[in-house]
Amino acid sequence: MSEEKEPVEVLRTPVELDYTYSAGVSASRFLRAVEQGKLLGQRCPVDGRVYFPSRGSCPQHGVPIEGEPVELSDRGTIVTFSVNRVPSENIDLELPYAAIQVLLDGADTTLFHVLGECSIDDVRMGMRVEAVWRPRDEWTISMQNIRYFKPSGEPDAPFESYQEHI
Amino acid sequence: MAELCGIVGIGQTKHDSKRIDVSMAGLLREAAERALEDAELTWRDIDAVVIGKAPDLFEGVMMPELFLADALGGAYKPMLRVHTAGSVGGSTGIVAASLIQAGIHDRVLVAAFEKQSESNAMWALSIPMPFSVAVVAGAGGFFAPLVRGYMRRSGAPEDTGIRVAVKDRENALKNPYAHLHMEDISFDLVASSPMLWDPIRYLETCPSSDGACAMVLSSESLAAKAPTRPAWVHSTAMRSEPTMFSGRDQVMPQGILDNAEALYKKAGITNPRKEIDCAEMYVPFSWFEPMWCEGMLFAEPNEGWKMTYEGATAMDGDLPINMSGGVLSSNPIGASGLLRFAEAALQVRGQAGDHQVEGAKKALGHAYGGGSQYFSTWIVGSEKP
Ligand SMILES: [Zn+2]
Repeated sequence: MSEEKEPVEVLRTPVELDYTYSAGVSASRFLRAVEQGKLLGQRCPVDGRVYFPSRGSCPQHGVPIEGEPVELSDRGTIVTFSVNRVPSENIDLELPYAAIQVLLDGADTTLFHVLGECSIDDVRMGMRVEAVWRPRDEWTISMQNIRYFKPSGEPDAPFESYQEHI
Repeated sequence: MAELCGIVGIGQTKHDSKRIDVSMAGLLREAAERALEDAELTWRDIDAVVIGKAPDLFEGVMMPELFLADALGGAYKPMLRVHTAGSVGGSTGIVAASLIQAGIHDRVLVAAFEKQSESNAMWALSIPMPFSVAVVAGAGGFFAPLVRGYMRRSGAPEDTGIRVAVKDRENALKNPYAHLHMEDISFDLVASSPMLWDPIRYLETCPSSDGACAMVLSSESLAAKAPTRPAWVHSTAMRSEPTMFSGRDQVMPQGILDNAEALYKKAGITNPRKEIDCAEMYVPFSWFEPMWCEGMLFAEPNEGWKMTYEGATAMDGDLPINMSGGVLSSNPIGASGLLRFAEAALQVRGQAGDHQVEGAKKALGHAYGGGSQYFSTWIVGSEKP
């Protein structure tokens, strides 16, 4: 009889997976534009709303989005936000940071980004912001080309102007 | 006319931060055997097995219907897996009930689980996407901006969420299966806990739990032989919607409003606040209690917080919510929806022990998932529909 050993409780078995992503026509156009520092949206043919990034189909109406691309401003409004103090290994930002949902001028959908050059005590709904781009030689096919958004100094947007985007 | 579905057996594990005393299979067995015992049945009496779990990346287990078939007595029987993100426990229960209601099977075992200790949900919920910049950390990172939106539009007092958190943790003290038993829970303790995802405080969030839940569902004729009075399924509903579209109301999605309307219509309920005796709802962050009180039409838009504030949702209120302690006290994600459904059934069977609502005849079980885009609900009653 061998001596009883401690039970084996937990084993680590790492698995790795790299995904390959086929962008498709619409997203490819968006990515090629952002590589050149341009933000391209596209209109839904049913209600005319501008989706950013441009995408192949409208999630609400289930129809192809095929119209001409719409170039958007790199300014917008913070429609809502949270201040994050929780670390995540997938996120390369110093804590705490303000994760903001920005409605770009001319767009009808919001995007997630991070706020910079602003104390987290000052961030608020309705705050006007503008993109701060990375140096041109660092641009890739990624929204990371925008380092962060910073306050633009314009007066806040009224709640009514963006409340339907929360 | 559909067959009636009765709930004749209910089981769950003790939920805890680490159940390393059991494997995933062992965890499920613990819940399933309790459900069988409650029904005074054996594995042989089960015709089919339906299993639900959280998204695959959470635990690295992609085919639970294969991996866990033997442990759940699924060999040579129909076995299937359901997947609707965080609402999965609820939709798993609904799929199982449908198999009875459609007359396909007479007794179905439904089981759902999660071992968060074997997973990294924060990582799985923060996967970088090719179109966007990774800033959303975990579920809290996604839902905190929506909570802020609700606070702004409703004008709810800032301590509404604190009150929900205290109430649910107090209820959990009466539930021996709950993960969190915080004897020292108080308003000040929650209020002074750190902001994790401002405006959500640490003690306004759910814990990470290991746990499982199982139920035995039965056709009307076999339910008549059950040793304990069955709970009867009066109505079920599921709805989904895209995570994102222009003008989407993320705070109060159309999906939950449509779900509530369909659910009550099927159950013949015209005044849910009055006709439902208690509700167990998926509230992973405290502010979702007032939000889903509005979503499930218990309160007018922007007035759900008044129910919390006036004590209506407390154990002695007119519509107790989350008698078990809710998701805020136990969150094995894959099982959390089924636990809500099970608590509703326990209540109308009079089996809820110290957290029993006296004389509960109709109860709601509710689950939601994804970016507030999947909704699963059922109403169960002590009487046949
Ligand atoms: Zn559209």
